[in-house]
Amino acid sequence: MTDLAFDEMHGFTGQEPRPSYRAIADWLHRTDHADLASQQQAAETIFRKLGITFAVYGDEDAEERIIPFDIVPRVLAAKEWGRLEEGLIQRVTAINAFLTDIYGKREILKAGILPPELILANPQFRLAMTTIRPPHDVWAHICGIDMVRTGPDEFFVLEDNARTPSGVSYMLENREAMQRLFPDLVADHRVRSVESYPDMLLAMMRSVAPKGSGDDPCCAILTPGQFNSAFYEHSFLADRIGVELVEGNDLQVVDRKLFMRTTEGMKRIDVLYRRVDDDFLDPLMFRPDSILGVPGLMDAYAAGNITIVNAPGTGIADDKAIYSYMPEIVRFYTGKDAILPNVHTYRCREADDLGYVLDHLSELVVKLVDGSGGYGMLVGPRSTKAEIEAFRAQIIATPQRYIAQPTLALSTCPTLVEEGIAPRHVDLRPFVLTGSKGTKIVPGGLTRVALQQGSLVVNSSQGGGTKDTWVLADDEPTVPTTPHGKEA
Amino acid sequence: MLSRTASSLYWIGRHIERADFVARLIEAALQFELLPQARGGDDWGSAVSSSGAMDRFATSGQVINRTNVIAFLAFDQDNPGSIMSCMELARNDARAIRTAITRECFETLNEAHLAMKTHVRRGKTGDIQGFIDWIKTVTRGFEGAMHRTMLRNDSLWFLRLGSAIERADNTARLLDVKYHCLLPQGEEVGGTHDQAQWTALLRSVSAVTAYRWIYRDGLKPWLVADLMILRREMPRSLAACVDEAAAMLACLRADGGRTGAADRQIRKIQTSLAKLPIDDVIKSGLHEFLQEFLADNNQLGRAVSDQFLF
Repeated sequence: MTDLAFDEMHGFTGQEPRPSYRAIADWLHRTDHADLASQQQAAETIFRKLGITFAVYGDEDAEERIIPFDIVPRVLAAKEWGRLEEGLIQRVTAINAFLTDIYGKREILKAGILPPELILANPQFRLAMTTIRPPHDVWAHICGIDMVRTGPDEFFVLEDNARTPSGVSYMLENREAMQRLFPDLVADHRVRSVESYPDMLLAMMRSVAPKGSGDDPCCAILTPGQFNSAFYEHSFLADRIGVELVEGNDLQVVDRKLFMRTTEGMKRIDVLYRRVDDDFLDPLMFRPDSILGVPGLMDAYAAGNITIVNAPGTGIADDKAIYSYMPEIVRFYTGKDAILPNVHTYRCREADDLGYVLDHLSELVVKLVDGSGGYGMLVGPRSTKAEIEAFRAQIIATPQRYIAQPTLALSTCPTLVEEGIAPRHVDLRPFVLTGSKGTKIVPGGLTRVALQQGSLVVNSSQGGGTKDTWVLADDEPTVPTTPHGKEA
Repeated sequence: MLSRTASSLYWIGRHIERADFVARLIEAALQFELLPQARGGDDWGSAVSSSGAMDRFATSGQVINRTNVIAFLAFDQDNPGSIMSCMELARNDARAIRTAITRECFETLNEAHLAMKTHVRRGKTGDIQGFIDWIKTVTRGFEGAMHRTMLRNDSLWFLRLGSAIERADNTARLLDVKYHCLLPQGEEVGGTHDQAQWTALLRSVSAVTAYRWIYRDGLKPWLVADLMILRREMPRSLAACVDEAAAMLACLRADGGRTGAADRQIRKIQTSLAKLPIDDVIKSGLHEFLQEFLADNNQLGRAVSDQFLF
């Protein structure tokens, strides 16, 4: 599979580096493998000391791990990014319009574009949201759209993460690490800055504060707590944007308003960026056994006294069964064809597709519509007969819970592995912010890399690593010949 | 500041202080063991008593000896007052509120956490002194980072408030366990056994030289008590710890924190220490005095958590 894949540096030919990677190729050629490895080690030591860790569920020994960091950056030329940016903004605009519609007038169902049961009987559909209008009509304030690439101009959306996408702290930390380790290389490439993300995030949060919360709305981030796998990111973001990191038991709803308990007394919160799933937000509304949320939060929300970022119910937009309709959804709300195509998706709920999927399991990637993190997934070409048969039984039992996609030849990027520099499959998760003043995106994102040779699974919980993502101000670096590293 | 954050800071202060104190208890017992008048189990027993965990140790049904006591005080994860438990609790709290302390403070605790396994292995296989030295280095490193890098604001006040209250508790318990030998009874005053006990007590709080410097006199039990209870120059004396706690509460008041029961309680404790010459304390019963102080100090801890909505 690796042989047939598009390589970000060498293209399909495996010969001359593409213009945007010329200086990287030069650098890799000039620098000792041992030097690169020791720089990589240095970066990982810093990450570990800083506690940039994540927890892996169900693995006691490795309570905290760092995500492996690869020092070879992933480079996107200005024109490549330009098209992605335009497509991402279009897609997220459509997602927000879609959410407003399905929790409101449901024009899209009346137009017969989606089967109604796919919305109304979807476990991600939150009935409560049909009677609540999020302040400023923004639903999916923060989206992490997973993109894959198969050729020079072939970018596909693999998943729309419209709930509480994680990984943005790695985007920022990876850049800081690269700037520390290879300042000249970064400077020569005229890499566009991602540093403004925290400012953009805070500005977005303040822009969606409920009316009447004054000039200086109080924002906070809600975390499930320090044992959550993404806790580092929660505390990192709170620190960078300068707001309190709260847990459910710091909060209390009084008179349909949300307060946090401080050493100076109770303090009102106007905007809550929650990193807690819908189900756990409010035990009075959702799961009664949840201790992560706040009783009465949804009531305060219904009264218009708090903005919840992202709004409850956005999960319906990144549901894998809805995903297959995204091209139609984009066209319906924007009146234009989607700039970023979907990966072709077979809906196992439909008899024809199901038949095809069951006949071609060994070639397909099959996913649970409500799974995430690489769990509940079959990668046909990399599975044993027994695994395939076990999955087949599950699909037949509840076909509506599954979709399938062809295994794409995901692009590869040069990556530092034990034997030296080798191609490894990558994806890309840019972060898109939507406030009351429109949709914005920082030039960059999180590049995840499957460190195992041939592997297509990039999830950090499954042993994937990350890379810094460089969006160039130009289409190629201007000064490719300055010496770097030990020769400097 | 979030009340939960304040609570975590306060407990980081307490746990670091306790880890350091327990390390010193073990060290003192180890040194005492080398003396000809060593009493074996008794000395290890008083180390457990001073740590405040005799009841817990007793329920384990183990014999009091060097090996068992060291395992219990240094490494037992089921003993919340063991060095290892204190360090891990402090680090977990630090991780939960890492934005409230500086990067250097967090790194000190996080690096200790990462290196803990190696040091514990070494400590368990013979080099207990090495483990103790390492713990003392870590706690000093944390306090150094705290004093050097933290903003002078409520984060620092809560950390130091926790340290002060814990330190007062530790000193009082240490004295209480040894009070019988501070009293002029039984063996002749100045007998070799007592002499060694006092030296061990002073050494466990790094105060042998301090004693000589302040009193310019041979070891006298009432002077040891005076040093540890009333002398404000002595950083671990009850008076010094109470002053520190009072100063921290005053800073919190000045920063707009709530006022209430803790402020009243600290005034009460200050008053109870102010009126005394040490002779009166000893005459009216050192043990009773220390028990009362411990109760008041505990009450202060509870009042702090009520006042700041922990």
